Amino acid sequence: MSAAAAPADPAPAPPPPQQSFIGRAIALAAVPFIAVVGALVVGAVIIIASSLARGAFDLTLPLQAYANLLEGAFGSLRGIIFSIVSATPLILGGMAVGLGFKAGLFNIGAQGQFLMGALGSAAVGAWAAGESGIVAVPAAILAGAALGAAWGFIPGALKAWTGAHEVVTTIMLNFIAGALIGYLITGPLEAPGFSFSRTGPLGNAELPTFFGTGIHLGVLIAFGLVPAVWWVVWRSTLGFEIRTVGANPDAARYAGMRPAMLTILTLTLCGMLAGLAGAGQILGVSHFMNASYGTSIGFDSISIALLGRAHPVGITLAALLFGAMRAGSGLMQIEAGIPVEIIDVIQATILLFLAADLVIRRLLRLRAVRAQPEELQTVTKTYGGGASS
Amino acid sequence: MTDAARPAALEMRGITKRYPGVVANDHIDLDVRPGEIHALLGENGAGKSTLMNILYGLAEPDEGEIWLGDEPIEIHGPSDAIARGINMVHQHFMLVPVLTVAENILLGDEPMANPIFLDRGAAHAQIRDLGARFGFEVDPEAKVGSLSVGWQQRVEILKALYRSASILVLDEPTAVLTPQETREIFSVLRQLSREMGTSVIFISHKLNEVLDIADRITVIRRGRVVGTRTPSETNEEDLAELMVGRDVQLTVDRGESNPGDVMLDVTDVRVADDRGREVVHAVSFQVRSGEIFGIAGVAGNGQDELVEAITGLRKTTSGRVTLASRDITAASPRQLHGLGVGFVPADRQRFGLVLSFPLADNIVLNDYHAEPYARGFVRETVAIDARAEACVVEFDIRTPSIEVTAGTLSGGNQQKVVVAREFGRDLRLLVLDQPTRGLDVGSVEFIHSETIERRTDGAAVLLVSAELDEVLELSDRIGVMYRGEIVAVVDARQADKEEIGLLMATGGRVSPDATKSMTTETEQTS
Repeated sequence: MSAAAAPADPAPAPPPPQQSFIGRAIALAAVPFIAVVGALVVGAVIIIASSLARGAFDLTLPLQAYANLLEGAFGSLRGIIFSIVSATPLILGGMAVGLGFKAGLFNIGAQGQFLMGALGSAAVGAWAAGESGIVAVPAAILAGAALGAAWGFIPGALKAWTGAHEVVTTIMLNFIAGALIGYLITGPLEAPGFSFSRTGPLGNAELPTFFGTGIHLGVLIAFGLVPAVWWVVWRSTLGFEIRTVGANPDAARYAGMRPAMLTILTLTLCGMLAGLAGAGQILGVSHFMNASYGTSIGFDSISIALLGRAHPVGITLAALLFGAMRAGSGLMQIEAGIPVEIIDVIQATILLFLAADLVIRRLLRLRAVRAQPEELQTVTKTYGGGASS
Repeated sequence: MTDAARPAALEMRGITKRYPGVVANDHIDLDVRPGEIHALLGENGAGKSTLMNILYGLAEPDEGEIWLGDEPIEIHGPSDAIARGINMVHQHFMLVPVLTVAENILLGDEPMANPIFLDRGAAHAQIRDLGARFGFEVDPEAKVGSLSVGWQQRVEILKALYRSASILVLDEPTAVLTPQETREIFSVLRQLSREMGTSVIFISHKLNEVLDIADRITVIRRGRVVGTRTPSETNEEDLAELMVGRDVQLTVDRGESNPGDVMLDVTDVRVADDRGREVVHAVSFQVRSGEIFGIAGVAGNGQDELVEAITGLRKTTSGRVTLASRDITAASPRQLHGLGVGFVPADRQRFGLVLSFPLADNIVLNDYHAEPYARGFVRETVAIDARAEACVVEFDIRTPSIEVTAGTLSGGNQQKVVVAREFGRDLRLLVLDQPTRGLDVGSVEFIHSETIERRTDGAAVLLVSAELDEVLELSDRIGVMYRGEIVAVVDARQADKEEIGLLMATGGRVSPDATKSMTTETEQTS
């Protein structure tokens, strides 16, 4: 070793203060927390305004509404189960978007991947309805996962081989998925004997439920995949590659990784997760798919991934929040007379606050969260002309 | 010369700035006299930039005051500073490449012919006048992106002059210049201070330059002023010791080289840049094991592309590269890594590190997939951390822990992470691209001695640097690269700095006066 290795006086430690686990968690959760609180405040203002329209100025109405919302979501076992079941597709969808963020990809295509997963499981489920459950259930689930994965592979391959930006291609694939479903379910896949166009009954392909409740196999799969995805991202070499490509594609190339292949693989995995979400909804909840199957789960997943800071645990919490709002909104409408659409307003406002996180941090002078979160950087830089790897 | 009796043009008193866990400026006093060139010398992270950011309004001090003449002032942003005649030329130029010279200079302070339209004619004339006064003919209508780095810097200085700066701060202005360009900028600065009475604050860590240009030198170490000297009462050794706080060996003991067999053989290699233009034209050279081959050249003459081609990051359009007779022309970075090729890239933040990752992950950035750092798909955190801890000790990386992200380390320590990763194994070829760019004396010394050690161990070393002194100091043989060609290869023992500087600037074909006019490099090569 040279003399420089033993300096006369060692330098003081450079700035970064060592944060405890709790400190880091608070720093991570600060902006999402403020976004939720801020959105509830905005929601309250709108509820008060709507009370004016009905001729009564009622300042306590928001409190009543939120109390009903909470009661509907968590006030009974039924409510809690409904909340969890509603959160299930959002967990998977949120991870489908969040995993993309880890690789620096903005997967707006969760919606299309979800729909294709739903279509695949509805079709294969109806076709295998007569088989025993041991065969029919896995076949239907795998079909959903595979079709979702295919819908993720396409934009991945287009990006890797032609440089086409995933934001553009996934949005286009969302439309293609919707149109394809309309055609197939009014055509080749339409089941006879119903008053409207839909897929056939699932029979034995329906997911088993547990404890005599609405908790179906898909719920267990979703919650089981949360630690699995965490492990892949943070503990496996594949996750290291994905995170490296996302954080610095040039360094990834330098380190001998293949960003193009990883882009394809990541979007395929994203599609698979979203496809599983679709499969769970069809096989476990709605039990069939009609031609005009409408959902916003794929788009809500984007909010969930951002709210959950692209971390599986954060995504689970965010999904439970959205699921609970969905579950409690019915009671709120009945008791407080507030239309369930207020939930959409609150969710949209949360997204607005998250996207405007710089504004929040400036307003509140949050020092702990000085830098823009990486997942939001992915959103803001992937305007379509962003650097393709 | 300066007049000590007159009040200081600028005085900073007791400036203190604390960041979490570190005092960047600890009661710093600095006085700059009218018309003085005052050098601020210190290692990276010593607090020079923080102090200047406070002066320029980019940071607010926790304590202390700033006096301009005999008036205390408060600076809350760059606009305050500019309004008071304080201007700064940043290390990374703040110029808009697609705008013209005039547009860049006027930006933010446009002369208006009427409320709607710029008075371009008057502006252009004014800029020409300004330039003429300092002996360089500027073309106000040239696009800044087409200018050489040296000229871009002149535009930055003109911008400050246009805003009638009374105090001009230059942050590491010579880092990107050839020796000739440096001399020219120095003469401009001298003219500025002597004839216009402008006070110049010159930030640098290059000792010889500081001694050459400054009237007084203030040395900062770890946030404190450790001394102020005039060039006549000090020398390089004294300054280096002040700066680092211990004895520093300014020149590496290169020892005798014992070149062995040819390790790297580059034959007629042609490489295109991202836009498909050929920027390396049929380059050939050989590097033997136990030998350091240096490539000197002004940045942007094809060195980056050549290095990327050799290290597998870029495809060659033709030609052949071999490593110990084995064809590696199309080898991937991972294959090369496996063959014992170490590579320190020019831009450590772009290629060499993932700044948002912990130090430990960066240490195994290209070994992460192999034993013992992974078994199958499973990362072995214990082995990774052990390796990182060992590197921190062996390569003297100053860090609070191996868990902090690489982005929080100082430039020198970031480079040590890269060096630890690339040097710390059996090597056949070591490719170093600008290995010490922007680093302090201590880190430079360390990296240089490590490089010599690898050569002694028998590795072939390819050193590319825009820092001519570094190439001269380390290399056994030197190739000069100019516009994509190696225009000369000389034995380092017979190398003459002036001659190589001239080759770097002109390729040995054009008359030396060529640097006096505004050459538009890219337009001529395209």
